[in-house]
Formats: sequence, C-alpha cells, structure tokens
Amino acid sequence: MDILNALVALSNFVIIPAIAYGSQLALGALGVTLIYGILRFSNFAHGDTMAFGAMLAVLTTWWLQSMGVGLGPLPTALLALPVAILGTMALLLLTDRTVYRFYRQQKAKPIIFVMASLGVMFIMNGLVRIIIGPDDQRFSDGERFIISARNFKQMTGLQEGLAVKTTQGITVVTAIIVVVALFWFLNRTRTGKSMRAYSDNEDLALLSGINPERVVLVTWLIVAGLTTIAGVLYGLDKSFKPFVYFMLLLPIFASAIVGGLGNPLGAIAGGFVIAFSEVFITYAWKKVLGYLAPEGLAPDGLIQLLSTDYKFAVSFVILVIVLLFKPTGLFKGQSV
Amino acid sequence: MSDTVKNTLLFAGVAALIAGTGFIQSWNAALFILNMGLISAIMALGVNLQWGIAGLFNVGVMGFVALGGLATVLVSMPPVGDAWAAGGARVMAGLALGAATIVAAVLLHRHMAAGRARSLAMIALLAGGFFLYRFVFDAGVVAVEAVNPAGTGYLGGLGLPVLLAWPVGGLLAAGAAWLIGKTALGLRSDYLAIATLGIAEIVIAVMKNEDWLARGVKNVTGLPRPVPYEIDLQQDPAFVARAEGLGIDPVTASTLYTKVGYAILFVVVLAIIFWMAQKALNSPWGRMMRAIRDNEVAAEAMGKDVTARHLQIFILGSAVCGVAGAMMTTLDGQLTPSSYQPLRFTFLIWVMVIVGGSGNNLGAVLGGFLIWFLWVQVEPIGLGLMQLITAGMAEGSALKEHLLGSAAHMRLFTMGLILLLVLRFSPRGLIPEK
Repeated sequence: MDILNALVALSNFVIIPAIAYGSQLALGALGVTLIYGILRFSNFAHGDTMAFGAMLAVLTTWWLQSMGVGLGPLPTALLALPVAILGTMALLLLTDRTVYRFYRQQKAKPIIFVMASLGVMFIMNGLVRIIIGPDDQRFSDGERFIISARNFKQMTGLQEGLAVKTTQGITVVTAIIVVVALFWFLNRTRTGKSMRAYSDNEDLALLSGINPERVVLVTWLIVAGLTTIAGVLYGLDKSFKPFVYFMLLLPIFASAIVGGLGNPLGAIAGGFVIAFSEVFITYAWKKVLGYLAPEGLAPDGLIQLLSTDYKFAVSFVILVIVLLFKPTGLFKGQSV
Repeated sequence: MSDTVKNTLLFAGVAALIAGTGFIQSWNAALFILNMGLISAIMALGVNLQWGIAGLFNVGVMGFVALGGLATVLVSMPPVGDAWAAGGARVMAGLALGAATIVAAVLLHRHMAAGRARSLAMIALLAGGFFLYRFVFDAGVVAVEAVNPAGTGYLGGLGLPVLLAWPVGGLLAAGAAWLIGKTALGLRSDYLAIATLGIAEIVIAVMKNEDWLARGVKNVTGLPRPVPYEIDLQQDPAFVARAEGLGIDPVTASTLYTKVGYAILFVVVLAIIFWMAQKALNSPWGRMMRAIRDNEVAAEAMGKDVTARHLQIFILGSAVCGVAGAMMTTLDGQLTPSSYQPLRFTFLIWVMVIVGGSGNNLGAVLGGFLIWFLWVQVEPIGLGLMQLITAGMAEGSALKEHLLGSAAHMRLFTMGLILLLVLRFSPRGLIPEK
C-alpha cells in the first residue's frame, strides 16, 4: 500500500490531463450551446471553426517568431490570439451574411440550418487544408513545464513524478478567465441580458424591442472568441492537426447535450463529465492499482477498460445514455 | 418541354459524358465510372428515402456503407479453421456474454421500480458483466490474432457465395440503424444527425481496431468474386478466339468482360431497389410519410405514430446503403477500413441527393451518376486550375509548390460550395419532386 505514490500517479496521468481537456471541451461546448440557444441549430462547422482560428494563431505565431518577438516563458501563441480571434470573427460574420441570414429570413426549419452548417464545415475544412496543409504542426514554445517530473521527485522524494505542463496551466487559467468574463457579460450587461431574453422567448424579446440581428451579430462575435481560444489551447496542449478538430465535434456535442443544450453552465459541467469519463475509461490503471494493492497482489494486465482508440465511443455512449434517460441534459436545457 | 422529355435529356446527357470518357480516355475508365455510378445511385436512393421522403437527416451514411463492406468479408471469406480452434469459441462466448449483459440490464430496468435500488443493481450488473465479458473475450482475441498474423489472424467468414453478402450487408446496416433510431428518433431533429455522425466514426474505429473480426488496418484482400477472373479468361482459348474475332486484344477484352459482368449485376440490383422505392413513394405509405414530413403535428393529430414511421424508414434507407456498401466492397475485391472517409461516403452522397432532386427517386439516381462523374473528373481539373493560377510564379517558389500540393484539397472546398449553392438557389434539384 502506497497511497501517496498512487495519488501522485493518478493526478499525473488522469486528473491533470482530464482537467485541461475538460476546460478545452467546455469552451468548445459553450460555443455550441450559445449558437443553439440564440440561432437554434446545431452547428456542425464548430470543430472546423476551431481549426480555422487555431490555424490563424499558428501562422501569426510563426510570423512573430520570425520577427524575434516572444513572451519569454509563456508561449508566443498567446500574443497571436487576438489576431486569430479577429480573423475568425470576420470569417464567421461572412458566413452568417452569405449563408445563414438567408435561411433566417426564410424562417427555415432547423434541419436546413444544420445542412447548411455541414456545407460550411467542408468549405472551412478545405480552406484550412489548402492554406496550412493536413499535417501536424507544432507551434508551442517557451517553458515546457511548470513542474517537471524530475524536479517533483527531487522535491518530495517520492517514486512517482508529477509533471504539470505550461500549456495545461495556461489552459485552465484562460478557461477560468473566459468563463467568468462570459458569465459577467451574459448576466450583467444590457446586451448580454438581451441575448438571454432572446434565447428564452424570441417573440417576447422582439416585442420588447430587442434587435434580433444585433443579438445574432454579438453571438457570432462571442462564438468566434470562444472557438478560437478553445482551438488554440487544444493545439498548444496536443498539437495542431486539422482532422483532429473535426473529430472533436463528437465530444463537444456530447458535452453540450449532456449538460443541456442552450445552457452555458451545463456546457461547462458537460465538458468535464465527458473529459473525465474519457480519460478514466481509457487509462491503463496498472500503475495506480499496483501502488494500492497489497504486496504480491499487483495486477498483471494493463487494467484498461477500453483502448484509447475508442475514446470517441466513450463520449458517444454517454451521449446515448443521456438521450435515453434525460433528453434535456443534466442541467435543464432548452428543448427535447 | 414535358417532364419526360427533360428527364430523358438529362439522363442522355450523363450517358454522353460517360460515353465521352470511353472515347477520349478508355472504355475501362468509362466502365469504372459506370459501375461506381450505379453503386452511388443506390446509396443516393437510400439517403433519398430518408431525407427526401421522410426528412430525416442521416450524416452517418459512411458507417452503414462500411457495415455492408464488413458483411462481404464475414459472408464470403473461407473460415480460418486454426483460428476457430484456437479461440473462436471463446470470442463467441465473450460476445454472447456482452449481449446477455445488455439484455439483462434492459430487463432489469423494465421490471424493477425506479429508485436507488434499481440504479445500484444496474451499475453492479453492468460492471460485473463488463469485467466478465472482457475476461472471456480478451484471451480469445489474443489466441485468434496469434494464428498466422501475417496471413490471416482473424476468424474468417462463412465461405458462402459473395452475392449472399449483399442482402446480409443490408441486414447489418439495418440492425445498426435500429439501435440509433431507437435512441435518437422522437427527439429533436438534429439529435439524429449527431448520433449518426457518432455511430459512423465508431463503426470505422471498430473495423480498424478489431483485428480478429476483419484484420483491422491489415485489410482483407482477395475477396471471392461473382464474375470470372481476367487471368482465367485470358487462358481460355474459346474466349481469346472470340476476342480476336471482335478485333480486341485478349487482355483488354477480359477486363472489359468482367467490368460489364459487374455492371449487369449492379443494374439488376439498382432496378429492383428503384422499383421498390418508386412503389413505396407512390403507395399510401409513401403519401403518409410525406404528410409526416410536411407537417408532423397534423399527421400526429390524424393518428399517425410519427416516431415509429420514422424508425421504419430510417432502417429501410440505411439497409439500402448497406447493400450498396457490400456491392462496393465486392467490386473492389478488398476491405480497407482506412479508406472510409466521411467526405467520400457521407457528404458526397448528400450532394448527389440534393443536386439530383430530393424527394424524387429518379433525381437521386441522376445525381448519383452525375456527381460521381464530376468527383472522378474534378481532380485533373483542379490540378489544371492550380497550374493556371501558379503559371506566372517563379519556378521552385515555396508558394507555388504549396498551392500545387494543396490541389487535392480542392475537392472538399468544391463539394461544400456545390452543396451550399444548390441548397440556396435550387433547393429542389435537377429533377424536382412532383
């Protein structure tokens, strides 16, 4: 029995990665949920919007690096973030003008919007691949670790190391700042309140003089910020690869639906539920159990519930369970 | 111009495009486009059944097509005796245990009163069942995959005629569709889209990773064929004599002969499915489906069970996609799980249906041929376009290389653009619904 080492191993391989991944999913799911609440459709182009925003950040980072500009221990990508957000805002406003606004005026069924978003998804995906190519791109620089495994071992004298990557720290801090700012905006400002009113009851909001086009515009601007930040954080933490962002669509949708579509608080909770279940179920528990089990009873196998190839199946199964038993999500979402 | 004349002209136009390929490039290429066009037309019919008639949005076509492909392997490959002896029984027992656990959980959920006791019992049952399943199943899988991993390493199939795989592929896809439909239909319309997107990715993940089933990414090659092999034809003196009588050299003649053989088989299947789809569309059942599509509330008020009818047509449409998937794998002669891309097998089919005319079976067939033709021929056009754009740039400049390299990704962009343009400016397609 070695509880301390088990705990450190658990934090190192499960808890810390899951918190970072959960924050990224939560930011992504917030965007999905906002679009669903205001524009009332599931935006399939979300993953590729993240890829587009991250791509802009990667390109700007490379340019900054070539100019010799940096942030010291922090990744240069943080400096590139505002530029990327502005670019994504422009792109999203353009798609709204050229694609979605027409169907809004037609009062088309939500499913038509979903189809249109699928078209937008492929155009964005194509754009990203044409501009930066389909390959892996690394763009993180600066200090790699806040605490490295070796330092931790020296400090504590434990057998297990605990490593906290800089990107993981940045992810969590940024996510907290963004979420606080978003909730302040939605609950305290006039525009935010009008957005919530529009989401709750469109007719009543229109009657009280809220300008729908303005609400939609502000929503796209916020979504651009959220997706770009989520995309850049994910790219910094893992690496930038266009196809991976398309694959993120499933866990992000699962997060938003598990939390309750249209409910921002639910999106955050859903993100962490999905992230923790994914990591818990695909982690090989041999090491942790080896410390916990009594002498001589340490497990032989990897004790891995599912291989990591099936991590998307985990979010899917959770999604199905929620749809079966609680279609409005854990927090009360908008509709069934 | 009457509808019949217009439709005939449209089909004649597509036929001319394919025949043109035959004259300009080669008849082999033309027959390849024709064969895949026939398969695409069947897939488009399946999607049209779901979208055009019932308004269901299925973005998991790829998954159902892949299940059809899997059926080809499971039905037609000879069984691997050693693998069955080594761990076949164990794998089957594991699968049966897994299924039994799920059935038991469903029964438990149905028969116990809601409350904490039920939740705890469910969790205990599922957890216990899962570990038991893994315990039995894993050892079997290791044993099966250890048998000649370079050559087989899987259980093999049933060794039945390959044509039987086509209906079986439809059944497999129908089973998966039932599972999805049961969960996602009756909820908001976009939930079906998300669920189908998920199941498609999971089907592909299973096919890539479960080596005992169909060799995973090691691919199954050399599937049995319903038509004779070229090499046998070339060695058959009677065939060679006949080919020379027609003035074609025996090698070309043999490839054309097999391709035409496939084409005849595919035409038969397409004709059957088209006839059935047409009958369904014009029957009282089809009218009811369209009534549900156009106004769910009114149809429900008239006493129609909307969710059950949706489930019905969702399963039928997916089964058609499964049949087409099995046919495609038969034509390829191999199963390569990594070749299933959502763009090619989900999105392209959608473009076919929308361009052809959603709600009209004839339109779906036309769209299948036309878009497949464009898909094959757009690549050289895209490369040509990029060469034109970059013509003025300096030789060997990085930008020029990059642009030429990215020509392959033009397809994504073009297909997205076509979908958006048609959806906006001509949502009824080339042959609109009547």
